[in-house]
Amino acid sequence: MSTALSSKTLSHLKQLEAESIFIIREVVAEFKNPVMLYSVGKDSSVMVRLAQKAFAPGKIPFSLMHVDTSYKFPEMYEFRDKFIADIGAKLFVERNEEAITAGSSPFKFGVDKCCALLKTQGLLDGLAKHGFDAAFGGARREEEKSRAKERVYSFRDSFGQWDPKNQRPELWDLYNSRINEGESIRVFPLSNWTELDIWLYIEMENIPVVPIYFTHTRKIIKRKNLLIPWVGHIPILPGDEVKDMRVRFRSLGCMSCTGAIESEAYTVRDIVEDLILTRKSERENRIIDHGSDSSMEQKKKEGYF
Amino acid sequence: MPLETKAEIDYANMGLLRFTTAGSVDDGKSTLIGRLLFDSKGVFEDQLEAIRRTTQKKGGEDIDLALITDGLAAEREQGITIDVAYRYFATPKRKFIIADTPGHEQYTRNMVTGASTANLGIILIDARNGVVTQSRRHGFIATLLGIPHLVVAINKMDLMNYSQEVFEKIKKEYEIFGKSIGAKELVVIPISALKGDNVVEKSASMDWYKGPTLLEHLETVEISHDLNLSDFRFPVQTVLRPNLDYRGFAGRVASGVVKKGDKVKVLPSGFESTVKSIDVFDGELTEAFPPMSVTLRLNDEVDLSRGDMLVHPGNEPRVSNQFTADICWMVSEPLTLKKKYSIKHTTQMVKAMVTGIEYRTNINSLEKEKVDSLNLNDIARVQIQTLKPLYFDPYSKNRNTGNFILVDELTNNTVAAGMIVD
Repeated sequence: MSTALSSKTLSHLKQLEAESIFIIREVVAEFKNPVMLYSVGKDSSVMVRLAQKAFAPGKIPFSLMHVDTSYKFPEMYEFRDKFIADIGAKLFVERNEEAITAGSSPFKFGVDKCCALLKTQGLLDGLAKHGFDAAFGGARREEEKSRAKERVYSFRDSFGQWDPKNQRPELWDLYNSRINEGESIRVFPLSNWTELDIWLYIEMENIPVVPIYFTHTRKIIKRKNLLIPWVGHIPILPGDEVKDMRVRFRSLGCMSCTGAIESEAYTVRDIVEDLILTRKSERENRIIDHGSDSSMEQKKKEGYF
Repeated sequence: MPLETKAEIDYANMGLLRFTTAGSVDDGKSTLIGRLLFDSKGVFEDQLEAIRRTTQKKGGEDIDLALITDGLAAEREQGITIDVAYRYFATPKRKFIIADTPGHEQYTRNMVTGASTANLGIILIDARNGVVTQSRRHGFIATLLGIPHLVVAINKMDLMNYSQEVFEKIKKEYEIFGKSIGAKELVVIPISALKGDNVVEKSASMDWYKGPTLLEHLETVEISHDLNLSDFRFPVQTVLRPNLDYRGFAGRVASGVVKKGDKVKVLPSGFESTVKSIDVFDGELTEAFPPMSVTLRLNDEVDLSRGDMLVHPGNEPRVSNQFTADICWMVSEPLTLKKKYSIKHTTQMVKAMVTGIEYRTNINSLEKEKVDSLNLNDIARVQIQTLKPLYFDPYSKNRNTGNFILVDELTNNTVAAGMIVD
C-alpha cells in the first residue's frame, strides 16, 4: 500500500503536473517569442498536453518546432502530422537542408558529426531563423548524468551554448528570465519527471503516442547487444544477424541510431509494468550517447538541447 | 521493498518527498546516495556496468558506489562535485527527488539552492570526527532555508565498531546545537553507507538502535502538515482571455485553500469579488490548494494582471516596499549597497536595493559580524527597499510568499536568494 495521502495532498504525478504548468505559464508571461521543441516522442506528447492544460480553454499560445533530420521513422512523421492537426497547433518543421543534401549520415561522417549537423545545427538555425528567445524542451534530468545538472531555465549564449560550470543559481520556483538580445533560455518543464512518471501520466490522461512504442514485428539487425531496426541505408556488417523480431522502442530518434528492445508490451499498462521491473536504463539503446563518457555533455555545450 | 513487488501498488497515487543531502568532503555523501539508489534499485544495469568499468580502471574492486553520482567531466577529473545534481528514485511508498549538493565551504550557494525546495534535509556526520564546524554549518543553512525535517545520519559506524556510546555522544551534542538554531525536527540515525547498515536494510550490527532505517524514515515522515493551508495567497501569473466571454486568472495556489463562491480581495487595487469558478483543463473544481495550478474566474469585472495577488479579505499579507530579510550572496561580484537590482518575488519583478546590512553571520562560528558589503557565499540580515510594494509574509510562516531572488540589472545573473523576516 502507498502511504495514504490526506485530502489536501496531491499525488506525485499531480504535483509534477502542477509544477510543469506553472513553468510553462511563467515562460509565456515573461518571454516575447517562445517556442516548444516537438520531437514527436512520448515526452513531447506529454509536454504538449501540459501546454494545453496551462492555457485551457484557449489554445496553446505559441508554435511548436520539429527539428527534422530526415531519418526519423515513417511512423513518426505520420503520427506527427495527425497529432498536430488534431490539436490545432502551429508547427514549424526545420531541417538543415544543406547537410541533408550533402548526404550527412552516421555512416559517412560518424555519429557525433552527423548529430552536430542535423540536430544541433538544425536546431540553432531554426531558433535563429524565427528569433525565438525561449525554447521548451522535453528533456528530463533523470535521463543522463549531465542533464542531472541542468536548470529548469537553462541559459544559452548567443551561440546556443551551455556552460555547465557557470550556471545561474535556481531557487524555489523563482525563475530568472533576464537575457540580452541574441541570448536565449532553454526551458525544461519535465525536469523532475522520470520515464515511469511519463508513462503513468500517458496512462492516466490517455495521451496518444507513436505506435512503435508498443510491441510489433519488424526486421532487425542484431549486432552484439544492439537491436538496430533494418532500413535501407544501414550497412550490414560481418557478424550481423538480420531477422524478424518482436520488438518495441523505449525512446525514439533517428532510425540508424535508435535501438529496439525485445518486448511483449501491447498497452501502456504493459509498458508501466515492464518499467517497474526493468533493470536497464532508457538510453541503453541510444547509439548517440555512447561516443564517450561525456558525449551528451559535449553535445549540450555545443548547443544541443 | 524495492520495486520488484509491483502487484497492487498504485504508482499513480504515490506521495512525493524532496530532500537534500549535505556533508563534508569525505563524509561519504556520494556513497550514501549511491547506496540509496543502488539498494532501492534506482540504478540500472547498464549504468552499473559503466561504473564497474570505471572502478576497475581506477584500480578498485567491486563497485564504487560514489561514482553513481558523478556528473560533469570536470567533476570526474577532479573527483569533486561542482554543482547541484538532481536524482530520482521511487519505492512503492513514495517518489523521491534528491538535490545532491556539494559540501565544500565555497559551495554554500549550492547548498542553499538545494535546500530551497526540500521537505527534508540529511546532514551527514563522520562518526570518527563527530560534530565538526561543517556539520553545524549545514544545520544552520537547512534551518535558515526553513527545511521542516532534518535527519542527522551518523556515518561510518562500521569504523567505530558500531559503538552506541559514540553514537549517543554525537547525537546529544547535535541535538543541543539543533535546539540552539531552532531546528524544528531532528532525527538521528546511525548508519554505514559503505556497508549498507540502516540505510535501506536494518543493521545486524547495531541491535541497540531501535529507530527506523534512513529509507523507512524517508518513506514515512509526515509532510502533509508542512503546507500552509490557512492563508490563501494566489499570485496571478497571466490572464487568459481566449474569447470575449472568458477571462480567467491563471496561477498557482501559493498557500491556503480557495473554494468556489469565496469572497476574495485583489492586491493592490483592494477591489473585492467572489470566485465564480476554479477551472482546470478537465472542468471545474470546488476547491484548490497548494501546489495546484488552476485558473480562477471572478463574478465581477476587475482590473487584474500579472504580479497582482488574490487573497481572502481579512487574512492579508503585508503590503510594503520595505522589509528585513536574510539573504545569501551567490556571485563573486560583491553586493553594492544602494545599487539598483531587480527583485523577483512571487510573480512580480520590480526594482530594488539593499539599503543596509544589519550583520553577516559567520557560518562557521555563527557569530554576527559587522560588514559593509557581502561576498560570494555570505549570509546576512539586510534591509531592502523596493520601487513598488510587494505582498509578502514572513518566510517562516509562508515559504512561497516569503522568498525572493535578486537579479543584477547589468549581468542578468541571479545574485542573491532571500527570505523575508519581517
